[in-house]
Amino acid sequence: MGKLWVISIASIFILLPFLGNAFSPESPTDRRVLVLLDDSAIKSSHSIYFNSLKSRGFDLEFKLADDPKIALQRYGQYLYDALVLFCPSVERFGGSIDLAAILDFVDSGRDLIIAADSSASDLIREVGIECGVDFDEDPSAMVIDHIGYAVSETEGDHTLIASDDLIKSDVILGSKRIEAPILFRGIGHSLNPANNLVLKVLSASPSAYSANPKSKLSTPPSLTGSAISLVSIVQARNNARILITGSLSMFSNKFFRSGVQKAGEKTKHEKSGNEQFLTEISKWVFHERGHLKTVNVKHHKVGETDEPALYRINDELEYSVEIYEWSGKSWDPYVANDVQVQFYMMSPYVLKTMSHNKKGLYSTSFKVPDVYGVFQFKVEYQKLGYTSLSLSKQIPVRPYRHNEYERFIPAAYPYYGAAFSMMAGFFVFSFVHLYSK
Amino acid sequence: MAAPETSTAAVPTLYTNNTLRNAFGGVLSFFILLLIGVMAFSIRLFSVIKYESVIHEFDPYFNYRVTQFLAKNGIYEFWNWFDDRTWYPLGRVIGGTVYPGLTLTAGTIWWLLNSLNIPLSVETVCVFTAPIFSAFASWATFLLTKEVKGTGAGLTAAALLAMVPSYISRSVAGSYDNEAVAIFALIFTFYLYIKTLNTGSLFYATLNSIAYFYMVCSWGGYTFIINLIPMHVLLCIVTGRFSSRLYIAYAPLVVLGTLLAALVPVVGFNAVMTSEHFASFLVFIILHVVAFVYYIKGILSPKMFKVAVTLVVSVGLAVCCAVIAVLIALVASSPTKGWSGRSLSLLDPTYASKYIPIIASVSEHQPPTWPSYFMDINVLAFLVPAGIIACFSPLSDSSSFVVLYIATSVYFSGVMVRLMLVFAPAACITSGIALSQSFDVFTRSIKFQLPGISSNTEVDAAETSSATAEAQNDAVKTEKSEETSKNRPSKKSKKKEKEEKPSTKAKAEKRLLALPLDSSVISLLLLILLGAFYVVHCVWAAAEAYSAPSIVLTSRSHDGLHVFDDFREAYGWLRHNTDVDDKVASWWDYGYQTTAMANRTVIVDNNTWNNTHIATVGTAMSSPEKAAWEIFHSLDVKYVLVVFGGLVGYPSDDINKFLWMVRIGGGVFPHIKEPDYLRDGQYRIDSQATPTMLNCLMYKLSYYRFVETDGKGFDRVRQTEIGKKHFKLTHFEEVFTTHHWMVRIYKLKPPKNRIRGKTKKSKSKTSSTSSRGKRSGSGKKNPWQ
Repeated sequence: MGKLWVISIASIFILLPFLGNAFSPESPTDRRVLVLLDDSAIKSSHSIYFNSLKSRGFDLEFKLADDPKIALQRYGQYLYDALVLFCPSVERFGGSIDLAAILDFVDSGRDLIIAADSSASDLIREVGIECGVDFDEDPSAMVIDHIGYAVSETEGDHTLIASDDLIKSDVILGSKRIEAPILFRGIGHSLNPANNLVLKVLSASPSAYSANPKSKLSTPPSLTGSAISLVSIVQARNNARILITGSLSMFSNKFFRSGVQKAGEKTKHEKSGNEQFLTEISKWVFHERGHLKTVNVKHHKVGETDEPALYRINDELEYSVEIYEWSGKSWDPYVANDVQVQFYMMSPYVLKTMSHNKKGLYSTSFKVPDVYGVFQFKVEYQKLGYTSLSLSKQIPVRPYRHNEYERFIPAAYPYYGAAFSMMAGFFVFSFVHLYSK
Repeated sequence: MAAPETSTAAVPTLYTNNTLRNAFGGVLSFFILLLIGVMAFSIRLFSVIKYESVIHEFDPYFNYRVTQFLAKNGIYEFWNWFDDRTWYPLGRVIGGTVYPGLTLTAGTIWWLLNSLNIPLSVETVCVFTAPIFSAFASWATFLLTKEVKGTGAGLTAAALLAMVPSYISRSVAGSYDNEAVAIFALIFTFYLYIKTLNTGSLFYATLNSIAYFYMVCSWGGYTFIINLIPMHVLLCIVTGRFSSRLYIAYAPLVVLGTLLAALVPVVGFNAVMTSEHFASFLVFIILHVVAFVYYIKGILSPKMFKVAVTLVVSVGLAVCCAVIAVLIALVASSPTKGWSGRSLSLLDPTYASKYIPIIASVSEHQPPTWPSYFMDINVLAFLVPAGIIACFSPLSDSSSFVVLYIATSVYFSGVMVRLMLVFAPAACITSGIALSQSFDVFTRSIKFQLPGISSNTEVDAAETSSATAEAQNDAVKTEKSEETSKNRPSKKSKKKEKEEKPSTKAKAEKRLLALPLDSSVISLLLLILLGAFYVVHCVWAAAEAYSAPSIVLTSRSHDGLHVFDDFREAYGWLRHNTDVDDKVASWWDYGYQTTAMANRTVIVDNNTWNNTHIATVGTAMSSPEKAAWEIFHSLDVKYVLVVFGGLVGYPSDDINKFLWMVRIGGGVFPHIKEPDYLRDGQYRIDSQATPTMLNCLMYKLSYYRFVETDGKGFDRVRQTEIGKKHFKLTHFEEVFTTHHWMVRIYKLKPPKNRIRGKTKKSKSKTSSTSSRGKRSGSGKKNPWQ
């Protein structure tokens, strides 16, 4: 069809088009991190965690949460790629930061770590709610577990929990198994099961509940059992990642270093799982892992290389896309056997799993269905822990042209014969009729 | 046929006496025709002068777009055009679903002009196609009426048709629609049929098939021809007027015409498969049977013939019954009995409103009101009965055709206001006959009674002058000018065969029926006055009623002329501010305009071929915001366009069309129920309106921020204050509203980036949420917010 009114323009939505991407597509890992603290002592008391971040190349900037000079953006440009809120008790941020500013920060594709505490302020709770996490409404409640608590010198009130109920995902938690339980002291939160963006990474044991440890239980606790989430992650639709936990102390040097023995278990671990767990999950949050990108979406007829403006029904076509995963330093080929492409018009007419060459190139070939219309090549790839891939590319499919049908159909030869014999017969008849006088 | 020998013998002498006179008559009628053509063209230019040279309304925009495509890409690309910018995501095969006649005509004109180095734009050609063809149509009317009742009637009918308001309404400059050329094709096909019937010439029969082919190319109304002509043939057979001329007029038309019609992609096998065409085949068979019977009758003795008849009839009846039974079984097995919805609603006027809301929803498919007859044909309504009587005195093959034509078209025009257009030429022809005959009578009686004039010869002369002018015209037409001297007497005598019969009879009667001088003069004056009224009305209708392009509106008030150019403003905004592949949803009325003027993909358009798709859009418009968002999102819609007339009082806006959206949507998706939108059977948008109505998308998109205009939200179309004034949109955002608020464009909000936690918390903390300004308001009900 040559030059055409039919144009197909690739509309690739790797990320939902909000204000822009936090990171350059070339290296998605965050670099500049703003850490807001309640009190500058946290800087030293949580130094192991901060140092692990620094050693991975992050540029941390520590500010007090009520510092009047703090700002997330200047002249419309964001100053940071990620925000760490280690300020559970802040009622109002200083400077230009407020709830809306933080949410806009996330909606622009940037990352966030929130650590609340039993003293969590309404503001922090509100940030949590906006991200899909509901902290226990009772301000004095803490997570208590009389069975899964961590054994310590003093009997205590069982608010120091040793939990090992982790999500099973190598992408989020790294491939190395976390052996030791994780120490947690703080408030619990719940998630809306209908919310498919938020994930429970560390949940409480079935015996846990959320209540005020100092007072007697008068009413049944509102949050109980494994519905309590201790650490949750959110991956927003624009792939911004958020880590939310109800315990600031789990990041502390003290918890990192202390040994742990879960009540009722004999093994005593020399070191708690906190360091490994929080380091690994911060790699995920800061896009050092589980970040996919697609390049070179191509489709063409079998045997050709140029991309046509439209296909004809029953054409054979090939579709290919390259998918890479960010390893923190470089883009490595992504290898999986479950990437599917749809040939879609209101519903998928073709749904095929693509084969790959272990170098990131996924491809498949199929026959265009016998239906014309405006189709889309769609790749909707959502896998736990990975950024979601959503590619769609519009392509019209036209019916046969008038001269693309078969010229002579064998089944119709009797009719051709009939027509021509009729013509001959009529000619002979006319001749005889006219000249036979 | 049975012409009296005496009159034929008289012709040559008259001819030699009146050569000069006849030549003068011929030249005069030629110039009259020329002027009629000029008038037909120029009366349709009001729209260009008063507004501008633009394409009007809705369908013409599609035709214009198709013509542009044709001009740019050529006929083969046009034939195979798969349009992916309408009916997203289904697309539409334009080449196979469009009547190509108009497009090809305009495309050819454009190509011709360009190859003559006259660089007109496609748009200009499109704008002026309709006026040009109305001139052709009035000439065709002249030819047709002349075949029926002579030159005088022909000229009168042509003049009437040139300015009949009904036809003007569809053929003003810019009204680039199928009917523009189809009416010409219709009349011309009828003319060629009558011509063939009168002459028995196979040449005209072939031309007739070709004209029929052009008609089939141009308009779906061709089924009118292929049913009317068989009816007339049947009428002729029944009334014992079977002749070889009738056979020649009909048989080639059916064979060639059907073959040619099947060549048009949009008709294709419909030409032999649908019930609309059955009548023609049935009559074709009957015609052959009758012809065969006549033939047998000719070669057998009367006694033998009787025996043969009884034999054939008994065997024939049995066979017929069997065939009919099979046929009925076949037809009954199809759900619509083989008829298309539009045709069925023609036969049963209540059919559409009962079963097909999408046909009933179109205003031009409604039955007309009485005033519309007086508006559209004016004084012709009074002249038509007189014309019918004139056709009966005497009844010839051709005049019976006119009677049949007017009878059927009156019925059809009563069913569908759009078919007024088919009725108008019939009314013009009969009125032309009536006027010309009465002028004839009155002038003759004046001449008869005026002293000093030998009435006898004058009357004869008047009679023959028309006949010879006719003959001359024919000669010019067939371009046998060198043969005219030889040809003319014979041709004239052929004419005389039918012309002389009335005239000789009339001559005899005229002497008895000569009216008194004064009464004929007064009647003449009154007739002229009637004609003057008609002219005044037509010019008024052309200038005021039918010239508005509907894309630009004007209104006059005490402080001058207001121009509402909101549609082009909105389409211009879409063209310049949205991505080229964005999809725009609107009610189907605006589909053609959006694709043509904004060049954006639409979901549904005026070619209502897919009821389900339209119902989907109707359902979205009738649903609450969230459900509507989901429907539109599933169709990849980016923008929603609504037309709102409440601010300026533009009555044909979407709120007034809304009940049709509900009906059409509810026809496919039963959860949309019309009573939910009506309070006690009344459609209202004020505070008494139902909650479903006040929460549906159409209401919200129409009245969003409307209260800000006057503080009360007073709708000037519905003449009431709106029911729900202050509300916010959760899933849509307003992106553009035109100057007079006539078109409002909304954008679908993208799905929310994050999903909020429990809602009860935010309620307890309304103070903190409301401080977040734009983010807050709607977040409570909405999972995306």
